[in-house]
Amino acid sequence: MTAASAPPMIRMAGVDKFFGPLHVLKNVQLEVPKGQVVVVLGPSGSGKSTLCRTINRLEPIDSGVIEVDGQPLPAEGKELARLRADVGMVFQSFNLFAHKTIVENVMLAPTKVRKIPAAEARKTAMELLERVGIANQADKFPAQLSGGQQQRVAIARSLAMKPKVMLFDEPTSALDPEMVQEVLDVMTSLAKEGMTMLVVTHEMGFARKAADRVIFMADGEVVEDSTPEEFFSAPKSNRAKDFLGKILTH
Amino acid sequence: MSVLTNNLDLFLRAFGQTLQLFAISGVLSLLLGTLLAALRVSPVPVFRAVGAAYVTVLRNTPLTLVFVFFLFGYPLLEIVKIEPYTAAVVALSLYTAAFVCEVVRSGINTVPVGQAEASRALGLTFVQMLGNVVLPQALRSVVPPMTSTMIALLKNTTVASGFAVFQAGTIRDSLSEQGENVLLGLLWVAIGFVILVMPLTYVQQTFEKRWSVAR
Repeated sequence: MTAASAPPMIRMAGVDKFFGPLHVLKNVQLEVPKGQVVVVLGPSGSGKSTLCRTINRLEPIDSGVIEVDGQPLPAEGKELARLRADVGMVFQSFNLFAHKTIVENVMLAPTKVRKIPAAEARKTAMELLERVGIANQADKFPAQLSGGQQQRVAIARSLAMKPKVMLFDEPTSALDPEMVQEVLDVMTSLAKEGMTMLVVTHEMGFARKAADRVIFMADGEVVEDSTPEEFFSAPKSNRAKDFLGKILTH
Repeated sequence: MSVLTNNLDLFLRAFGQTLQLFAISGVLSLLLGTLLAALRVSPVPVFRAVGAAYVTVLRNTPLTLVFVFFLFGYPLLEIVKIEPYTAAVVALSLYTAAFVCEVVRSGINTVPVGQAEASRALGLTFVQMLGNVVLPQALRSVVPPMTSTMIALLKNTTVASGFAVFQAGTIRDSLSEQGENVLLGLLWVAIGFVILVMPLTYVQQTFEKRWSVAR
């Protein structure tokens, strides 16, 4: 943990968000210190994905404050683009650029946003692909890779920007069961290296093993905020007990 | 056949002018149309409104009226004097750009929204996202309707006939002055257009093949 004076990496205060009449985030308070791995759990429709997407303003909020590394989220424009460059995001559906090869996918943002020369960006990209175990597929197109491989490329693509914090929006939910582990392994190694992470997931194993903290959401509210041990062994709220009962008995 | 052979020089010069009108207006309308499409999908409401207004006005006005404005109306404003040929290029480009805009926009809409979200999440600006990620993918689905728009432009150049701009559409007038068989002459003009359009169809097939990527 960092010194008490350092601002939290993510701070959300009094955040409200509506989709039409639907109140999807209700007065959310959340502080994530630097280096912490937070797993967000909750039934579908609880607002956990929306929460994740508000942090880099892919979803604008209706009221409240969101700060990343002490800086409030700016309005849409160049300032926001600069801030997003420091916030990595991994999507449920990978969203690799379909018309670019694997290595080009990883190189694009460093060359365009950070203005890094192509040769250097390629070198870094290859190192990252090596790290996630896909260097031998560098010249293929995304559609030629399996889901698990695509998601590992997506993680490498985010890491290429050297982000301060990584957001994962259900990164394994679209994967075949046998491919989940390879993606979780990459995420676990990132967590061990001290990356600040906010992970929306249904993988309880990952939450137990890699998380410092578990947030449980229901109906747009943060219902529980505790350690994994405490949450899984002694959940306080009925909503959490009900949720855990449903997923642990099947 | 004699109508053609006796007036080969006229036919060649006229179709040369048609090609030139088409090429210049084609390039200009592609550039302007793509810019308009970018306006119409931009996050800034004013830009979207400008793009939508442009398309509404230009697409809903008969091309002949656009010509009338630039050849007869515009000179009365006494801003910058332009030649009838230039006026024809301007009228064709502005008119066709409205159609190009809508074709490009429909192409943009075929690109999954996740592609734009991933670009934004990486810190790309709107222009970088459009130029590096969305437009290159939109191009694939745009080729057939864009070819149709360009073929329409090629044939629309003949509207300039009514405004004393020499091109293939005015061959009829020249033949008529010389007492040639006008209907036969027009048949050759039609054949000339078929010959000009065929390469466009070929270009379409080439691009469709080149840009068909595994999905």
